[in-house]
Amino acid sequence: MTSSNPWSLTISEAHRLLARKQLSAVELTESVIQRIKQTDSKINSFITVTEESALKSALNADSILARDEGSLLTGIPFQAKDNICTTGITTTCASKMLENFVPNYDATAITKLKSTGAVLLGKGNLDEFAMGSSTENSVFFPTKNPHDLNTVPGGSSGGPAASVSAEQCLFSIGSDTGGSVRQPASFCGVVGLKPTYGRVSRYGLVAFASSLDQIGPLTKNVQDSAFVLEAISGNDPKDSTSNTEDVPAYAEYLDGDVKGLKIGVPKEYFVDGMDSDVANTVRSSIKTMEDMGAVVSDVSLPHTSHALAVYYIIAPAEASSNLSRYDGVKFGYSHSESTDVWDALEKTRQHGFGPEVKRRILLGTYALSSGYYDAYYLKAQQVRSLIRQDFVKVFKDVDIIIAPSTPTVAFPLGDKISDPVQMYLNDIFTIPANIAGIPAISIPAGLIKDMPIGVQLMGPHHSEKTLLKAAHAYEQAANHGFLKPSIQE
Amino acid sequence: MNLSNDEVKHIASLAKIGMTEEELQLIGGQLSQILEQFQSLNTINTEHIETTAHPTSLNTVLRSDKITNDKADEGMLDNAPKKEQDFVRVRPVLE
Repeated sequence: MTSSNPWSLTISEAHRLLARKQLSAVELTESVIQRIKQTDSKINSFITVTEESALKSALNADSILARDEGSLLTGIPFQAKDNICTTGITTTCASKMLENFVPNYDATAITKLKSTGAVLLGKGNLDEFAMGSSTENSVFFPTKNPHDLNTVPGGSSGGPAASVSAEQCLFSIGSDTGGSVRQPASFCGVVGLKPTYGRVSRYGLVAFASSLDQIGPLTKNVQDSAFVLEAISGNDPKDSTSNTEDVPAYAEYLDGDVKGLKIGVPKEYFVDGMDSDVANTVRSSIKTMEDMGAVVSDVSLPHTSHALAVYYIIAPAEASSNLSRYDGVKFGYSHSESTDVWDALEKTRQHGFGPEVKRRILLGTYALSSGYYDAYYLKAQQVRSLIRQDFVKVFKDVDIIIAPSTPTVAFPLGDKISDPVQMYLNDIFTIPANIAGIPAISIPAGLIKDMPIGVQLMGPHHSEKTLLKAAHAYEQAANHGFLKPSIQE
Repeated sequence: MNLSNDEVKHIASLAKIGMTEEELQLIGGQLSQILEQFQSLNTINTEHIETTAHPTSLNTVLRSDKITNDKADEGMLDNAPKKEQDFVRVRPVLE
């Protein structure tokens, strides 16, 4: 072994050592598991650690590598958010409802990663059913931000973001319905990518809002993001909304060249009263891109301010329908002290769901109910068209858009949990991409008072190649490297 | 936009979620507050604007009617709260 701390490697670094047989997959996995044991009592990013099966997968990866049949992710340990189904491993959605649910199938993203020989380490914490922006809605425990244990890691993919930041895995996969990959990536100082809707199969991702949900990678750098995206993308007959576009080798396009790339700065993302440190950090990122030869211009997405309202109608409406399956009959929590079928149903859902999930189901039920459907749901779907059209128009003039990922840096634990409206405002910059189905990536832009903050790039449908290329060029130029938190072991 | 207690009760019954009086009070207040935020949508003219249900163009995907998951029941029943032999046991639906 040449590296004293294999857990601190990036995917490409680890791959190089694995391919040259200077490091074995078992050594790498053992090192990462050791790291989890030393740090996770403080961070709480894992709901489940699957040590035994991880070492078995690592052993298998070593035999693939011994035959020189390995690919980039062979032997690379990762965490999956606990709303992504894994055969034989509980998939809880951080909910009492699914506390003991053991799927008998893998999500397609997991199948694809396993087929490359990647090593599943366990399941990452989240806000219950991916509903939240701080991971405080987990029924088990809140996850802590590795950069400051008194602050939230963001959410809902708080576990996956914190685990990459704390180097408890080399990468993780999360899900992003309104910013759930990008917002925690911004708070934890890692790279978080939400691909184009349909780029990654949703098969086996526990449904929250089906027209918005998308699985995406969280990584230490942009190149790793490209590797993981390539591995998990592609058409899947098991998801009728997955798209058929070819999957390019994204990493091959990372040449650091953004000369002539047209970048739009939407004025609606820089509003009066926003955190000036955040605005200044993003402005300096824009300057960096401009210095590299990108052509920067102001653009307008006039319906941006309505995106939050549209999202908090559409997502809960879809959730109220998707979550009607939790009836305590075929799987999941079942309230036993009742013989009457309706009473049992109501009590199962009363005691199985936490407050935020109930709030969203009720909100969605209301928006879809007779007499309110037109005023809320239909209206939101119409405004959704206008938000989409804003992007379509702007992408006629520019290649990508640059904006903040989040309005602030990570906030203290407990700060917003009792005020849903304040919590929802966290997603204000990430939601529009989900509404329009476009890809978006959050990359670390630096630190504000020692806390990371991300900058977000958005592009038209299927522009991941361009987004990753631009993000990578920025990362190289900004040159602050992976923002390592100082965690005392 | 204030939801009455009865309205919240009605929504909860549609959603089949049992609620205590305290929960109804708390959630009623929170929902009213959230709905207030939605009022801004009324300022937008959406006459003749089509709805968007999905962000990308969707095609109907068909497949041949072939069983590919014939082992799907293995392990599935293990998740049932109550079972008997190879069946899920449910509460009586008809009295």
